[in-house]
Amino acid sequence: MAEETEALEAQFDATVAADRRIEPRDWMPEGYRRTLIRQIAQHAHSEIIGMQPEGNWILRAPSLRRKAILLAKVQDEAGHGMYLYAAAETLGVDREDLTERLIDSRQKYSSIFNYPALSYADIGVIGWLVDGAAICNQVPLCRCSYGPYARAMIRICKEESFHQRQGYELLLAMVNGTDAQREMVQESVNRWWWPSLMMFGPPDGDSPNTQQSMAWGIKRHTNDELRQRFVDMSVPQAAALGITLPDPDLRWNAERGAHDHGEPDWAEFKAVISGSGPAHAQRIAHRRRAHENGAWVREAAQAYADKQAARVAGKGAAA
Amino acid sequence: MSSEPTNKRTWPLYEVFVRGKRGLNHVHVGSLHAADDEMALHNARDVYTRRNEGVSIWVVRADLITASSPDEKDPFFAPSADKVYRHPTFYAIPDEVPHL
Ligand SMILES: [Fe+2]
Ligand SMILES: [Fe+2]
Repeated sequence: MAEETEALEAQFDATVAADRRIEPRDWMPEGYRRTLIRQIAQHAHSEIIGMQPEGNWILRAPSLRRKAILLAKVQDEAGHGMYLYAAAETLGVDREDLTERLIDSRQKYSSIFNYPALSYADIGVIGWLVDGAAICNQVPLCRCSYGPYARAMIRICKEESFHQRQGYELLLAMVNGTDAQREMVQESVNRWWWPSLMMFGPPDGDSPNTQQSMAWGIKRHTNDELRQRFVDMSVPQAAALGITLPDPDLRWNAERGAHDHGEPDWAEFKAVISGSGPAHAQRIAHRRRAHENGAWVREAAQAYADKQAARVAGKGAAA
Repeated sequence: MSSEPTNKRTWPLYEVFVRGKRGLNHVHVGSLHAADDEMALHNARDVYTRRNEGVSIWVVRADLITASSPDEKDPFFAPSADKVYRHPTFYAIPDEVPHL
């Protein structure tokens, strides 16, 4: 028995080492399965909860054009949640159960969605910085060792590029507008910059699971590497908008060929991710309400399906 | 495929296949839950083809799919492994013979 497990483990290790994909019915170490379930579920929950801060602004969009765009983006995020729940299910968990775990606060979602969206400039900044940071995190996941997760990420990344560009375009329109609009953008960036940097997770020294995830081919880069990449990409984009990133320590380091930057407030990160963010209770309550209010729809659809099936069966018997 | 019996009935799982454009095969794109076949098709359209990704969709209940098992992989696919003569590269043809 132990020998058999060893052989399976060797086969698994060889597949990962050769940069080939693990598929649902392959043997995999229990820890690998558990890590993936946690990560994919958390990712799916983030997409679903992530609809709330933006969804709240759909009815207040300043034009029909902006409304159609925001509606399409929020609908995409629902789709991303669906792709990811589907990927999680290939690991043997039940989707209904994942939803329960979210609304019982037994599973987490990205800390970023515990911050409120306070103005329409936030819609632009969320697209630019929050979706931008998500893209940095997600592009390497397209090569994740677990096939269904990698394939979901490929679909998601294709769609994310629209999310980031619509946000940046919105900000361009605002910074080319009035002084008050430019101030709105700056004020919004001041609030979202640090939470965006936190989206990459704790610093490498404080991220005990990173090494194992990298060995398993789930993760391809460390948190700090991805954060650095995001900072380097954002600096010229901020300059093109004519806005200032709120970090006094941010400067180009010619030696490293990268920007030095300050540290996010990790105490705040820890507090927010464990649910003390200003909007956490509201987000969960809203998700629970939507789930409970939808119960009758699910039941009605089931009753209709049962009735149709019975009718077909009845016809078969009569003939 | 195994699904644990639960007392609260959940909608069955469907696998979704999309034909990207005319002339291509349907390709598996993912899965979803629906109460019946028709709802599965509508959900598949909304979830998997928001940007003209398809001209045709197949949905099939996951529990109706018969699949080869990866554990049996070697013996199952072995019959094709030793038939190199099924591939054109098996045959040596002089370089000067054209169009072959
Ligand atoms: Fe997304
Ligand atoms: Fe997005």
